[in-house]
Amino acid sequence: MVRLIGILTGLFFTVAVLWAFATGAYTAATEGLGEKTAESEFHEHPREVAFTHDGAFGHFDRQQLQRGYQVYKEVCSACHSLRLVAFRNLSDLGYTEAEVKAEAASWQVPGIDPNTGEATTRPGTATDYFPKPFANDVAAAAANGNAIPPDLSLMAKARHDGPAYIYSLLVGYTDPATHKNEAGQTLAQTFPDSMPGAGLYFNPYFPNLNLAMAPPLTSDGQVTYADGTEASIDQMAKDVSAFLAWSAEPTLEKRKQTGWPVIGFLLFATILAFLAKKQIWAAVTPKRKD
Amino acid sequence: MSFPWAKHYEPKAPVMRWIDEKLPLPRLVYNAVGAGYPVPRNLNYMWNFGVLAGFALVLQIVTGVILAMHYAPNATVAFDSVEHIMRDVNWGWMLRYAHANGASFFFVVIYLHIFRGFFYSSYKAPREMVWLLGVVLFLLLMATAFMGYVLPWGQMSFWGAKVITGLFSAIPLIGEPLQIWLLGGYAPDNAALNRFFSLHFLLPFVIAGVVILHIWALHIPGSSNPTGVEVKSESDTVPFHPYYTAKDGFGLGVFLIIYAALTFFQPNALGHPDNYIPANPLSTPAHIVPEWYFWPFYAILRAFTADLFFLPAKLLGVLAMFAAILVWFFLPWLDKSPVRSGHYRPLFRKFFWFGLIPAMAVLFWCGGAPAEEPYVMLSQIATAYYFLHFLVILPIVSAFERPEPLPFSITEAVLGSDKKAVLGENTTPAT
Amino acid sequence: MATSTGTADTETLATQDGVRRRDFINIAAVSAAGVGGLATLVPLISQMAPSKDVLAESTTELDISAIEPGQAVKAVFRKQPVFVRNLTPQEIAAADAVPVSSLRDPQSLEERTKEGRSNILVTMGVCTHLGCVPLGAAEGENKGEFGGYFCPCHGSHYDTAGRIRKGPAPTNLLVPEYEFTSDTTILIG
Repeated sequence: MVRLIGILTGLFFTVAVLWAFATGAYTAATEGLGEKTAESEFHEHPREVAFTHDGAFGHFDRQQLQRGYQVYKEVCSACHSLRLVAFRNLSDLGYTEAEVKAEAASWQVPGIDPNTGEATTRPGTATDYFPKPFANDVAAAAANGNAIPPDLSLMAKARHDGPAYIYSLLVGYTDPATHKNEAGQTLAQTFPDSMPGAGLYFNPYFPNLNLAMAPPLTSDGQVTYADGTEASIDQMAKDVSAFLAWSAEPTLEKRKQTGWPVIGFLLFATILAFLAKKQIWAAVTPKRKD
Repeated sequence: MSFPWAKHYEPKAPVMRWIDEKLPLPRLVYNAVGAGYPVPRNLNYMWNFGVLAGFALVLQIVTGVILAMHYAPNATVAFDSVEHIMRDVNWGWMLRYAHANGASFFFVVIYLHIFRGFFYSSYKAPREMVWLLGVVLFLLLMATAFMGYVLPWGQMSFWGAKVITGLFSAIPLIGEPLQIWLLGGYAPDNAALNRFFSLHFLLPFVIAGVVILHIWALHIPGSSNPTGVEVKSESDTVPFHPYYTAKDGFGLGVFLIIYAALTFFQPNALGHPDNYIPANPLSTPAHIVPEWYFWPFYAILRAFTADLFFLPAKLLGVLAMFAAILVWFFLPWLDKSPVRSGHYRPLFRKFFWFGLIPAMAVLFWCGGAPAEEPYVMLSQIATAYYFLHFLVILPIVSAFERPEPLPFSITEAVLGSDKKAVLGENTTPAT
Repeated sequence: MATSTGTADTETLATQDGVRRRDFINIAAVSAAGVGGLATLVPLISQMAPSKDVLAESTTELDISAIEPGQAVKAVFRKQPVFVRNLTPQEIAAADAVPVSSLRDPQSLEERTKEGRSNILVTMGVCTHLGCVPLGAAEGENKGEFGGYFCPCHGSHYDTAGRIRKGPAPTNLLVPEYEFTSDTTILIG
C-alpha cells in the first residue's frame, strides 16, 4: 500500500515537473534562450591585482594602508562613511598613540554642548568612530542625485573579490561611446537605451554599468603622499583598496597567523591518531596462517 | 545490551565503583560508546560520520553559546553587534568564523552520513526507528541553520527570512496569515529576529535530545555494516572502544584539518558577500541564494515553473520541496529488497551511482545558480529523477532485482577468498 | 572518551618490546588530543575578558570652574561615577587635623590631591567595600559622621578627604589618574 501510494505520488511530481520542463522548452524554442542584455555583454569581472594581504601568508603593507587612509580621508570621506572603524583602530596602520590622537582631533565628530545640550561638533578622540558625512540617508540621497553613497567599512567583504573590485571600479571609468567589449561592440551601438543618463557614469565593472558616483580619482597627484610615493591614479586606487581590505577585516593578519600553527598541530595529532589506530587494529586484522 | 557476549562494566578504580553504584552513568557511557558496545568489525570510513556529526553539534553549541554572550538580537544593532564580535571581542573573529563554517562542516558530515544510509540501506528493518529519528534530526538541523543565518541581519539574512517564510504563503487559505504570524509582522523585523534567535538557541538542545534517542534506537539492533549481513557470532564484532574510538579519532583529525583550513584561510568562501551589507527592506540583492546546504531543495522548489491544471506553480514547488525530504521517512517501506548493502544489489547500485548521485550533484549546482537557463531545465530533469528514484524505481527494483550472493557472515567477508587467512588472534580483547 | 582501557589488553598479549612502542603511540595520541583541547580553552575563556572597545583608552574631560567651595559634582569615568569636590578651608582643616597614622588606610589630603590644588578632591564614587555609590556629592545628601561621603549599603563613612573612617570598607575612595589641562579643566584617565 505504501509503495502504491509512493509510486503514484512520485509519478505526480514527475509529471508536474516535466510539464514545467516542457513549457520552458517550448518557450525557449519559440523565443530563444535567455536574451542578451547590456549587463551580460558589457559587465566585466574585476581586474587581476595583487595585494600583500593575499594568500595564506598574506600581511598588510603598513605604508600602503597609511597612503590608502590618506586617499580615503582626502577623497572618499566627502561622501562615504566608515562607521564601523574607530580612530583608535588607526594604530593598526602603524601610527603611534600620539599620532592617533592628533589624527582623531583633526576630524569633527558630533557632540553635545555641555551647557545647552544642543547638538554641535567637537574634535574627535581616539575612541570615537569615523563621523558620517551626511546626517541621515535622506540628506545623503538629496545631496547625491538620489543615490546614497554606501558605507565603506565592509565594502571589501561585501563584493565578490572585494579589493580587486574596488580597484577596478576606481580605475575603470571609461567613455561608453568608444569603449569596446570583447566582441568589439560599443554600448552606444548595441544597447543605446543603456547609455548613462544624466548624472550617471559608465563603468564596466559596476554590475549595472552606470553608477551615480563621478570618477573620484581624476588626476595624478590628486593626493600628496606623506611618504613621497608618486600618487598616480593607479597607485591611489590600489592603496585605498588595500586600506578598505583592512577596514573590512582588521583581524585578517591574526587569522592567517593563527591558522598555520593550528593546522600544523592538527597534522601532527592526526598522524599520531593514525598510528595509534593502526597499531590498535593490528590485533584484529586478518593475517595469513603461513 | 545487544549481544550476549557484550562485555560488562567492571570498574577497577574504587571511585568509579562508588559513582557507578550511586549513578550508573559510567556504565551507560561504557555500554554506549565504550568497550561494552560490540560493533561489526568490518565498518569502513563511511561509518565515521555519525561521531563526526555529534562532534559538530558540540562544536556549534559551544561556539554558539559564546557568540550569544556578545550578540544582540535587535534589528537596529544586530548587524553591528556581529561586527563588534569580529573586531573587538577577544578571539571573536575566530569564534564567529568557526560557528559559520561549523554549520557547513555539520552539513557536509550529515549529507555523507545520509548517503551512507542510502547506499547501504541502513533504514531497513530492524533499524527503521534509527532512520526516522535521523530524518527528524535533519529537519531540525535545517530549521536551526536557517534561523541562524538570519541572525547577522545582513541582506541575505533578511531576504532569506522573507523568502523562506514566504513558502508558507503558498498554502491555500491560511498561507498569508500564517506567514504574518511566523514573522510577527508584515516583513521580517524585530519580532522575527527575536523569535529566530530564541529558537536558534533552543533547537540545538532539542537536537541533542533526539540524538540521544537516535543512538539509543541504534543500540537495540546494533550498528549495520557494509555487507548488510547481521552479526551472527562474537567473531563478527569488536568492542567500540578502543577500535572505533581510535578510528573515529583519526577521522576527526582529518576532518578538523579541512575545517581549520577553511575557517582560517577561506572563512567567507561558503558565505555570500551580500550578507556584509546591512539588511535593507527596500532593496533585494540581484541574486539571492540560500546557504549551499539548502541548494538541492531550493533547486527543487524553483523547478516547478508551470501551473498544472488548478495547482499553481508556487504551491507545487513548495509541496515538492517538503515532499523531497518527507519521502525519506517512507524509505524503509518503499524499498522491500531483503538485501541491505548496495554492494550486492547490481541494479540498485547502478541507479544509485548513475542516477541519484548525478541528480543530487545537478540539484546542488543548479540551486546555487541564478534562475536562468540552462539551470532551470537541468534542475527540472534532476528533480524528476529524484522523485522517480525514491518513489518509483526503488519499489520496482526491489521487487524484481536478483541480488548477488551474500557472504555467510561478517567474519567470512573480512577473511575474503584467501583460505589461509585467519582473524587476528585478539578477537576478544580483554578490556 | 579515550580512557586507559585501550592499553590494558595489549599489555597482556604483546611482547615486552611491543608494549613500550604501543603504549608510547597511544599515550602520545591521547596527550595530543588533550593538549589540543586545552589550547582550545584559551579563546573560549579569554573571549569573556573586556573587549577592545571597552579597554580602549577612555578619558573624561571636566570643566570645574562652576563648582563652588563646599559643592561637589558627579561625572562619569569608564561607566562609573567620579566625584569632584571643591573643599572649603574648614573641610581642608578638618582633614589635615587627623593624624595620618591613626587611619585605616594612611594617606594625607596632600597625597590625594594635586600640588597647589589641595581644595580639588577627585575620587571615584565607588565604595571600596562592595562597589555601591556613596552619598554626599549632591546637595542635601547624608555626608556621614565625618562630613565627607556615606555609603548607605553597609554604612561606610568617609571623611572630607574621601578617606575611610568608619564601617566595613577596607581602603580610601580611589583617586583616579587625572591632570589639570588648564586652571579650570581636568582630564581624568
